[in-house]
Order: sequence, then structure tokens, then C-alpha cells
Amino acid sequence: MNKDLTKKFSSGHATCAGCGIPAIVRTVLGATDEQVIVSNATGCLEVTTTIYPSTSWKVPYIHSVFGNAAATAAGIDAAQKALEKSGKLKNPAKIIAFGGDGGTYDIGLQALSGALERGHDFLYVCYDNEGYMNTGGQRSGATPYGANTETAPVGSQSFGKTQQRKDLMEIVKAHGIKYLAQANVAYLPDLKRKAQKALNTPGPSFLLVLQPCTQIWKFPTSEYVAIGKLATETNFWPLFEIEDGKYIINNIVKEPKPIEEFLKTQGRFKHLFKEKNLEVIKEIQKTVNENFEKLAKRAQIS
Amino acid sequence: MEKGAIINHDQTKAPKTGDWRYMKPEVDASKCIGCSTCVPHCPEAVMEMRKRSEAEVEISGKFAKEKDLAVIDYEYCKGCGVCAQVCPVKAIIMKK
Repeated sequence: MNKDLTKKFSSGHATCAGCGIPAIVRTVLGATDEQVIVSNATGCLEVTTTIYPSTSWKVPYIHSVFGNAAATAAGIDAAQKALEKSGKLKNPAKIIAFGGDGGTYDIGLQALSGALERGHDFLYVCYDNEGYMNTGGQRSGATPYGANTETAPVGSQSFGKTQQRKDLMEIVKAHGIKYLAQANVAYLPDLKRKAQKALNTPGPSFLLVLQPCTQIWKFPTSEYVAIGKLATETNFWPLFEIEDGKYIINNIVKEPKPIEEFLKTQGRFKHLFKEKNLEVIKEIQKTVNENFEKLAKRAQIS
Repeated sequence: MEKGAIINHDQTKAPKTGDWRYMKPEVDASKCIGCSTCVPHCPEAVMEMRKRSEAEVEISGKFAKEKDLAVIDYEYCKGCGVCAQVCPVKAIIMKK
């Protein structure tokens, strides 16, 4: 067991072999030397790290219900401020909320929106594995167009999910918070830099981190880094940050790879390579190009 | 049960996830360049860099003494193979 990496989050948790979530948690927690308090939404991270009677967390950790990781973080912040005012607390801890895409895009969205709007001092980290993976892979607001999921299954009349994924970065940005960034578990130094920046920002900050899921995206357990890199190299998941409303793209890919390179690595997109579904791939490529153009335009203007 | 529904961390109660493993990663000391790319990507945090022993310096030959060697804690290693995949010189081999 690596002593440095397990200072705040230990080994001996039950995430699937080849899951990237622990790498995200360790990188974010490792970005600060100050005390931290963690609030966690229900999801893969919660069920795999807190199996009674053991816990992998060496820092104070609270889980209440699915939708309110952000509300819990807001409560911790309010309590710390009250204790500080009455002189009972000198060094308030940093507050970090972790949530999956289910607990952030869908169920926890209004709690997140409320906490951002009230301006609580905390960092919200969403690890986005694009679906409800812990319960068998149902679609979520983050599942991409054309993916085969349990509640949007592929059949003779269906090619998987028929809706586009939600643009959460724009939703969060609309709250006017000072720092938010999109990161990828395959680029850990970039994630660490962003986490440090976010933790040093007063007020709320937000990180959206891509987390390829070996079980439901259906790829070999050893591949999460390779597939994460492909997502960025094809411009499906560009790395960027928004600081005081100013967009900065961190990786400008000179010649983005075609989206097929990313899609063909995963079982959830296998059906798209049948002749009748080839149009869907073209549509995905078109959306990826459009989204990146929009982002590039925003980065130019600001 | 602990008081006030607070559960304290206790490593002895943690499941020994090494039981899950069916493929075993092995580090080839003659190939490892000590870059530590595998360390942060390991989901179980079982990769660690340590100084080479004299015998390992001998087999690694072309590498200087200062270059560390990756070692694996098999008590928690689930055998996912991420370390072997990210290794830039393919010094980690998955064995049955």
C-alpha cells in the first residue's frame, strides 16, 4: 500500500477492478495539505467505500441521501462559519463534495444549484461515468447519444439513447461562480492543478471529471486511461476551465481523431457499427464538431 | 458498533481485495525505468517506488542506481492491469 497516496483514502475498497474513481478521489484530496471534510452523494463511490463495518475514508466523511451532497456541504460550511463567529473554530476545513453523474446531473441538480447560488465555500467534484453504473447502467442526463443502456436498450427499432447529453458546464456557469473546469481521469496532473486552483478559490467551485466505466461502457479492466485519453483526443471531452467567465481550452488537439476511434473501443456503442446505424455515428461526429466549435468561439470571445 | 453512529477507519477490517485477482502483474526490474507513471493511476494505490537492491542494480545494468523500482503490494492488488497498460516501456507483465 502506497503510504503517500493512502493518507486520506485507503486501499481495501470495493470499486470494480480497473475503476478510475479512486484515482480521482486521491488526486483531489492530495491537492491540499489542509484539513478536509467530505460530503458524498449516493453512487458507486459511496457504496464501495463504506461497506459496514469498514470505511476507506481517513478524513471526516458524511453521506446522507442521493440528491443532497451539495446541500450537506452547504450545511457544513454554514456550521463552520457559525463556529468561527463565536470563536470556537480557528482553522475551518476545506469542504469537498463528491457525486456521480446521477447525483449531479439529475437527482442532485437542484441541491447543487441552491448551494452554488447561496455562494457557500466548497468544491463540488462530479465524476462522470455517464450513467447509473452502480445499479446496472440505466441512462442518465449524462449518457451520450446512441449509447446502449438498460433503460434505453438497443433493438430492431432502437439504436440506444435518442437524446443528447446535458451541458452541465453551462448550467453551472450560469450561476456566475468564479472557477469551474472540465477534467479527465486520464490526465491526473491536469486534474491536480485544477483541484488546487478550485480549492484556493473563495466561494463555490466545480470540477467535472470524465470517468470511463469498465463494467457498463464494456471494455477490458486495464483500459480506463487509454479510453479517457481517446475521449479527449477526439474532442468528445475537451479539457477546459472557466475562470471569472473567461474560457481557457487546456488541450488544443491539432488533428482530432475521428469519433469512431473512441466509439469502437466500447461495447455500449457496438451496435452503431452495423450498417443501418452508420448514420448515427455521423450525427455523433457532427455534434462533437459543433460543440467544440461553440467552445472555441467562447474561448476566443472571452 | 461505535458510539454515535461514527465509524472510525480501521485497516484491519478492510476487505483484502487481493483475493479478487486472477491475473498477477509482475514488474521486470531489468526494464523498469522508474518513471512512476503507474503509481497515481493504480485504483488501489498499491504501486510504490523504492530504491533498488544490489542484485536489482546488477540485472538492470544500463540503468543508474538512482532510478527507483516499482513494487506491488499484492494484499490489495485486484489485478486489473492498468499499471501494465500505462507503462511506457512495458515493464509490467500480467501473468496467470
